[in-house]
Amino acid sequence: MNFLSGIGRATLTFLEAAGRLALFTLTALSHCVRPPFYLRHIGRQMVEIGYYSLPVVGLTAVFTGMVLALQSYSGFSRFSAESAIATVVVLSITRELGPVLAGLMVAGRIGAAMAAELGTMRVTEQVDALTTLATNPYKYLVAPRLIAGTTMLPILVLIADIIGVFGGYLVSVYRLGFNPSSYINNTWQYLEFMDVVSGLVKAAAFGFVISLMGCYHGYHSRGGAQGVGAATTNAVVSSSILILVLNYLLTGIFFS
Amino acid sequence: MSEPLELNGAMEVPKIALRGVKKAFGPKVVLDGVDLDVKRGESVVIIGGSGTGKSVLLKSILGILQPDSGTISIDGEDTTHIGGRDRERVMRKFGMLFQGAALFDSLPVWENVAFGLIQGQGVGRREARERAIATLAAVGLGPDVAELSPAELSGGMQKRVGLARAVCTNPEIIFFDEPTTGLDPIMADVINDLIVKCVKNLGATALSITHDMASARKIADRIAMLYKGKLIWVGPVSEIDNSGNPYVDQFIHGRAEGPIQMQIKAF
Repeated sequence: MNFLSGIGRATLTFLEAAGRLALFTLTALSHCVRPPFYLRHIGRQMVEIGYYSLPVVGLTAVFTGMVLALQSYSGFSRFSAESAIATVVVLSITRELGPVLAGLMVAGRIGAAMAAELGTMRVTEQVDALTTLATNPYKYLVAPRLIAGTTMLPILVLIADIIGVFGGYLVSVYRLGFNPSSYINNTWQYLEFMDVVSGLVKAAAFGFVISLMGCYHGYHSRGGAQGVGAATTNAVVSSSILILVLNYLLTGIFFS
Repeated sequence: MSEPLELNGAMEVPKIALRGVKKAFGPKVVLDGVDLDVKRGESVVIIGGSGTGKSVLLKSILGILQPDSGTISIDGEDTTHIGGRDRERVMRKFGMLFQGAALFDSLPVWENVAFGLIQGQGVGRREARERAIATLAAVGLGPDVAELSPAELSGGMQKRVGLARAVCTNPEIIFFDEPTTGLDPIMADVINDLIVKCVKNLGATALSITHDMASARKIADRIAMLYKGKLIWVGPVSEIDNSGNPYVDQFIHGRAEGPIQMQIKAF
């Protein structure tokens, strides 16, 4: 009986959490499309997410491109297919590694910051204070972050794509001795519009998920510093897992 | 709709009216049928020990928490279950001073004070800044404080900024949540004086919760005592010493012995 009640309790807890997240998402989305819009806040969040994440995302992208070129060379040279390196680098970066790695880096940087900021605001009654000042916390705190996350991630990933391909180019040309013009030619030759677009759509989805998880866990944090710490951890872990799951699902939709 | 009060033969709708308000968290009953009327321009202080549901009562009136049953009316309008735009409209009548001031860390002091003007009433930033600085002066803070961040202020100054924020929009109703907690006796009295002055100047209705009796005596017209989720005594501040209620007597004299037994667990 204890075993069965344990299953029942776990199921109810899961359903309650899923329902609460669904309600939070719908409420937040409804505030994203209804005026008034806090443009100053949206702008501030865009700078925070897009501009300040650029160094870490760029660094990740350049090293990923460089490692891809090195690895592809050592593997492909076994069957004399070195000319495919440029194609492998550009397709891997635009389709998968650009959006996923940028998503994971931003989840660590931004998701954690959002959860910590909103969590602290919650436990110090700043969220309640917003309500007493006739300001809806969803509209003031959550909607700007969702809008900024969803719009800035694709821009970040587009830049990461370019930097990643450039990293592959650097290694291929200056370390492996490829001809620069033929490397660039090979890069363009097999790259299709859909490869880049699919990566950007993924990035938008990841940006939404990162902001949503950061806001959701921060907004519902309880119990002082420990609660804020738990909210931060949960935001990063849940958004990272959701990024990986969503990546599989979106890849299935785009390329199966 | 609440029953109107009969005063001097005239019917007056209470500013705030609670009828049978109940709220429980799981098995723990926090409010167990609270009835209270607060008249226009009156200052009511709710006293009671820690964990007796004072904050839950305030948050229920503000709509931050939903009561399980009962009704809450503001100016005769049932606001128990309203949300969205209607809630924002009703909230424009309110100002609140939080226990920990709850100032927004990300904004300078003047923007904290002017927040309700800019976001809630759509006042321009320049005009809002001027009004914020004037309100800061009314609570004894100079314009040099306006550009500081809340983290740079002492506890007493934060409370004063919180008070300035609560009154800056000229609200009809002001809530004070433990306004003197954590302050030294002199600063506590300064805050009490400011509360009395601000409420009088605005002609506002005030509802405060505290367990500081000196504060309650100074700012209240009427005092209500909350115990185990019910208001066990409500009366004018002048009658608090002769309430004839042993619970009230024990509380106002701060005695460990009496009908109120603190639950202290031995570790």
